[in-house]
Amino acid sequence: MKKIWGTAKPTLLITLLLLVAPLRVVAGEVEVLHWWTSGGEAKSVAVLKQLLEKAGHKWKDMAVAGGGGESAMTVLKSRVVSGDAPTAAQIKGPTIQEWGDEGALTNLDAVAKAGNWENLLPKVVSDVMKYNGHYVAVPVNVHRVNWMWANPAVFKKAGAKIPTNWQEFAIAAEKIKQAGLIPVAHGGQPWQDATTFESIVLGIGGADFYRKAFVDLDSKALNSPTMVQSFEVLRTVQQYTDKDAPGRDWNLATAMVIKGEAGMQFMGDWAKGEFTAAGKKPGKDYICMPAPGTAGAFTFNIDSFAMFKVKDKSAKVAQNDLARIIMEPEFQEVFNLNKGSIPARLGMSMAKFDDCAKESSADFVSSSKTGQLVPSMAHGMSTFSSIQGAIYDTVTAFFNSDMSAKDAAAKLDKAVQGAK
Amino acid sequence: MSTQKSQRQWGDYLQAALPKIVVAPTFITTLIFIYGFILWNAWLSFTKSRLLPKYDWAGLIQYERLFANERWWVAAQNLLIFGSLFIGICLLIGILLAILLDQRIRAEGALRTIYLYPMALSFIVTGTAWKWILNPGLGLERLMHEWGFEQFTFNWLVDSEMAIYTVVIAGVWQSSGFVMALFLAGLRGIDDSIIKAAQVDGAGLPRIYRSIIIPSLRPVFFSAIIILSHIAIKSFDLVMALTGGGPGYATDLPATFMYSFAFTRGQLGMGAASAMMMLGAVAAIVVPYLYSELRSTRRG
Repeated sequence: MKKIWGTAKPTLLITLLLLVAPLRVVAGEVEVLHWWTSGGEAKSVAVLKQLLEKAGHKWKDMAVAGGGGESAMTVLKSRVVSGDAPTAAQIKGPTIQEWGDEGALTNLDAVAKAGNWENLLPKVVSDVMKYNGHYVAVPVNVHRVNWMWANPAVFKKAGAKIPTNWQEFAIAAEKIKQAGLIPVAHGGQPWQDATTFESIVLGIGGADFYRKAFVDLDSKALNSPTMVQSFEVLRTVQQYTDKDAPGRDWNLATAMVIKGEAGMQFMGDWAKGEFTAAGKKPGKDYICMPAPGTAGAFTFNIDSFAMFKVKDKSAKVAQNDLARIIMEPEFQEVFNLNKGSIPARLGMSMAKFDDCAKESSADFVSSSKTGQLVPSMAHGMSTFSSIQGAIYDTVTAFFNSDMSAKDAAAKLDKAVQGAK
Repeated sequence: MSTQKSQRQWGDYLQAALPKIVVAPTFITTLIFIYGFILWNAWLSFTKSRLLPKYDWAGLIQYERLFANERWWVAAQNLLIFGSLFIGICLLIGILLAILLDQRIRAEGALRTIYLYPMALSFIVTGTAWKWILNPGLGLERLMHEWGFEQFTFNWLVDSEMAIYTVVIAGVWQSSGFVMALFLAGLRGIDDSIIKAAQVDGAGLPRIYRSIIIPSLRPVFFSAIIILSHIAIKSFDLVMALTGGGPGYATDLPATFMYSFAFTRGQLGMGAASAMMMLGAVAAIVVPYLYSELRSTRRG
């Protein structure tokens, strides 16, 4: 090592020092790694910053843009490996457990106890936030994934009824097709294929089957007649999409529903933002309802901040305050109004939210009691990313070929077991 | 006197060592950041690394998993199709354009620039533009329908069997102009007197091209193939912009495969193994070619 420094020019050393210098943590400062950089999301983060500054701490923003947070994760990995973890990072689902395994996360039990989190969060949610029984992360919001967005005008024109199960779906879709419109607005990207598929599995097999397949990864569920049937329904859905679907972004598919070119879309509640931005009113211009056969069930996708171990004492205080503020009603309300999701915290007033969010919130509470609250596979809440990827690969390969449903179920099982 | 002498010696020494000193930083950074990282990656491919690197020896397990993965074989097959067609068609079009432009035509400079211009675009731009052109509901197919050719279909982009060929189309469009420029430079470098001598001997134009000009372009073929094959193997941005690897993963290439496994799926070890396979492919194609070409030029 010394030899390298000896031959390198001093400027190199200075450059390196300059690179390293800003990374030192100043007292009472939180550094938050996130990828909420677009309009409504950036606004939501600004709220958190304000609240934290009010509590007397310094906020150091570390936004790493790039869709699903791939680039942010790369930055996080290098920071943690070099022993300079940020205070908090936007991590969700089982990935929290992976970071826990690496021994990088801190313990938030004291804050959780003071804030009575145990009673404010449904057990399914608090389990995700814990590693080995200790709180390590804070939930920010809850997205519901099993939504169907329908344009009532299209259904009226086609003389079709908005479907509440998958048999009705096939009938309605055929009518819309006969009327010369596109029944299903779909974007042919692996995650969108998977989003549709998990709603189908939930609708066909129910919550218990869904859990066996996508949480327990049970071979008997993955390669079962129910799964074959789910794939058959996915094939039906695929046949009612238009031929330009491959590669289309989800918001363009939503636009097709907004413009009345297509009848319905299966997408999580972030699609609402597109309707709102287009000046459409829920219940009148568009209808939000659970995907066919999934009424009463709820696939959740929860964003959360995982807290990393920090050395500095004042930084630890700031970190605890950050965790406390995130769980407080004030933040949960403002943030979720901006983001289109619902608060993770139970028992909050939903007065300011729209009808879709109110329904979502009611179903969130009721499904947590009936055991129909399940983690979203397509959004990385139910498995490690490696297994999620294996499921994606099979579903999207099925969607884009003429593979039989039976082969698909067998392949799904093989791929999942191979990725374990 | 003696101080002067020692000063001069010092100066001579410095002068002799200066090139080495100047080159040293880049040499060291290359050594560490390329060859060092190749070794690091090789090591990772023999571990069970998932989210973060781990360094416990795990043997060939990642390679076994890689070879059992269907998606990897799709990616490898795609590279074979894409690579051979891309290189072949680029060379063909490149040399054809170069020969045609070499006929002392008018406005050659302008034409040359037009053909070379796609090279100035990044693959992202090329990919996005072709995505729109080839999209059945947006581009060519719709245009033909609007012009009255209702039967016209061109839906390769959304057909998983054919999508990889759209990547070839976009890649060829981008790179063949560059190959043309290489060949044109090569053609201009050929000694006129040989051609004149051949003409005197009664050889026709096709014969002259076949027996004299194209064989003497051998070094140009060499550089063109090396450049094109590395573009093909590391192709990432073009696929990402044009098809995003889709429909499904039908247009996955090893580079996009490696990225998604190493960075988005927390399978660092498997990603590293696929990267080693890519390195192996580059070495298997380029090294023998490099060796034979360099050896023959040294001899000749």
